[in-house]
Amino acid sequence: MKMFEKIDDYRWLIPQSYKKGMRVPGLIYANESMLKDIAGDQSPEQVANVAFLPGIVKYSLAMPDIHLGYGFPIGGVAATRLSDGVISPGGVGFDINCGVRLLRTNLNYDQVYPKIKELMDSLYKNVPSGLGSQGRIRLKKNEIEDVMANGSRWAVKNGYGTSGDLETTEENGQMAGANPDNVSVRAKERGAPQIGTLGSGNHFIEVAVVDRIFEPEIAKGMGITQTNQVMLLIHCGSRGLGHQIAGDYTKEMANAMSKYGIYVPDRQLACCPIDSPEGRAYLSAMRCAANFAWANRQCIAHWARESFCEALGMGEGEIGLTGVYDVSHNIAKMEKHIVDGKQETLCVHRKGATRAFPAGHPDLPAKYQKIGQPVLIPGDMGTFSYILTGTEKGMRETFGSVCHGAGRAKSRAAAKQSIRGKAVMAELAKRGIVIRAGSISALAEEAPESYKDVTEVVEVVQNAGISKIIARTRPLGVVKG
Amino acid sequence: MVSPKTSRHVQSRLFVLCCTIALGMKRFELFEHTADTGFIAYGRTLAEAFSNAALAMFSVMADLDEFGKKETVTVEVCENDLEILLVEWLNSLLFYFDTQGIVFTEFNVISISKNCLKAECRGEKYNPNRHSLKLGVKSATYHMLKVDTVNNTVRVILDI
Repeated sequence: MKMFEKIDDYRWLIPQSYKKGMRVPGLIYANESMLKDIAGDQSPEQVANVAFLPGIVKYSLAMPDIHLGYGFPIGGVAATRLSDGVISPGGVGFDINCGVRLLRTNLNYDQVYPKIKELMDSLYKNVPSGLGSQGRIRLKKNEIEDVMANGSRWAVKNGYGTSGDLETTEENGQMAGANPDNVSVRAKERGAPQIGTLGSGNHFIEVAVVDRIFEPEIAKGMGITQTNQVMLLIHCGSRGLGHQIAGDYTKEMANAMSKYGIYVPDRQLACCPIDSPEGRAYLSAMRCAANFAWANRQCIAHWARESFCEALGMGEGEIGLTGVYDVSHNIAKMEKHIVDGKQETLCVHRKGATRAFPAGHPDLPAKYQKIGQPVLIPGDMGTFSYILTGTEKGMRETFGSVCHGAGRAKSRAAAKQSIRGKAVMAELAKRGIVIRAGSISALAEEAPESYKDVTEVVEVVQNAGISKIIARTRPLGVVKG
Repeated sequence: MVSPKTSRHVQSRLFVLCCTIALGMKRFELFEHTADTGFIAYGRTLAEAFSNAALAMFSVMADLDEFGKKETVTVEVCENDLEILLVEWLNSLLFYFDTQGIVFTEFNVISISKNCLKAECRGEKYNPNRHSLKLGVKSATYHMLKVDTVNNTVRVILDI
C-alpha cells in the first residue's frame, strides 16, 4: 500500500506526488482494515483524479463509506475557490440533492409495532414508488418551474405539509439562485410527472425505533427523548429532472473544457470555471433540481403523516410526526471556510457526503444553534441508521462534511448472484422487519450484505473528531422503491 | 482517456451475465463496477455496436422477453464526437422511458455519419399489471467510456 501515507489510525494521505497533475494531496478517512478493502478497487485512484480539478483547496477528501463511482468516488468531498476554481456536475452526481429526511413521533414501539403491517401497506399505497411509477400530483402547465424555483415552499403552499417543516430543512427547502430558464425542456418533461415519487434503487421510506441514545441532552434538542421512540426516514432525490440536468451539463462542460485550457483524467470529471457562463448556468440548474428534491421529500412526508393517521387510527397531533432535519448528500454549495487562516468562499462538492455544520454556524436554524446540525446517516435495510452532529474540527478539516451511509461493499452483480431477493425478504422477516417492495430482484441488490458496516463507518468519523454520534435507530419496516 | 491499468483491471474482472447470440456473434457483455453496471457491446459495424449498446442498457432495466414491439420511435442525435454521441443516444432512450414509459426491445441504428446518428427503435409501454422491471438507470456516464471504431466495440458504465 505504498500509495498511502498513514497520518494516524483514521487518516491516510495520498501524496500530491502520487500522480503528476494533482494540485493537492488526497485524504481518506478510514481504519486500517477498511483501507485494505478500499485499496482493492480503483476508488483511491478516483480520489487522486479529483485532485486535478483547478482551484481545489486543501485536499481531495474521501469519507469512510467511499466506494468506486464514475469520475468522482462516492463519499468524496472537493472544495474549489470561487476566484479560480471549477464546478463539476460529476462532483454532484446524477441524483442531484439525493438526501435524507428524518421525522420523529410522540409514539413508542408498543403503540406502533402491532400495526406495522397496516402502516407499511398504507405508506406503500400512498407514496408512489418503484421504477416506471408516475406521481399522484398532476402539475399544471409550467408549474414545474414553480417547483424548481420554490422547492418545499411550493409544496407547503399547495397543502403538502406545514411551514414548520421548512425550518427543519436545509436551506429551508428552497435554494436561492435557481433559474428554470437554465433547465432544458427535456429535463422539465422528465421531472414533471415524477414530483412526489420515491423512485427506485437505494431509495426508501423506513419506519424505525430509537435503539440507543449516546448524547441525551443533544438528542432531546432534536426531539429524540427515549429509546423505542418511533421515527421515520425518507431517502430519495430529484428523479429524472436531476438525471437529465446532470447529463445535459456534463456534456456541455465536456465540450467547453478545452476552451478554458482544463485537462482532467476522466471525462466524467468535466468541469468549467465557477465564474463562467457554463458554470453559472449549471449551478443555477442544479439548484432547480435541489429544490425539486426538497419539494419531493416534502410531499412524501405529508403522505407519510396521512399514512400514520390511517393505519394507527390516531390524529396528527397525537402522533406528532414532525421534522428533525432534511439534509442533502449530493450537492455543490457556496460556503465560507477558513483557508490558510483567511475566510474564503468555496464551492464545496459533496458527492455521497453530508454537510455537518457545528453549533453556532450562522446557516443553522435557531433550534440547532446550540447543539449543531443533525446529520443523517442511513444504514442498510437490516441494520442501524445514525444521527450525528458536526464538529468544529470537521469544519476546519473537511469543510464541515462527513459520510453519507454505509457504502457499498459488493458490486450489484455480485450481490445479486449470491443473495436472492426472496431470501433477503425471509431473513429480514425473521428479524421482524416488514418489507414492501415493487421489485424482488431490485431488493436483492440492496440486501444488507451488499453494504459496509455502518457502525464502523460512523465510528471512524467520530474517532477522527469530525463528527459526534448522538443516537441510532433500527428498522421496523421499509418501503423500497 | 483510460489508462491501460484501468482497462486491464476491468477486463480481468469481466463478469459475463448475459450474452445474446445473433448470427453466432456475442452482442454484449455486462460487467460489474461496484455501485454501477457497465457493458461492452459488439457489432459488425459501428451502427450495430451502438444498437447493441442500447439493447444492453434495456436488458439491465427489464426482462425484454416480456415486452413487445408495438411502439416505434425514430431517434436522431448529433454531437461533437462519437463518445458524446454514444452517451446522448442512450440518454435519449432513457428520456422516452421516463416520459412515455416505453421499454425498447429492438434497435436499428440506420446510420452514423459525421457524429450524427439516426435510428428506429421498437418497444412497448410498461404496464405494471403485465410487466416487471429490474433496475433503474439514471444515465449513461463518460467514465471509462470507449468507442473503438476499428473493432466496432463500445464500452459504457451506467449510473444505476
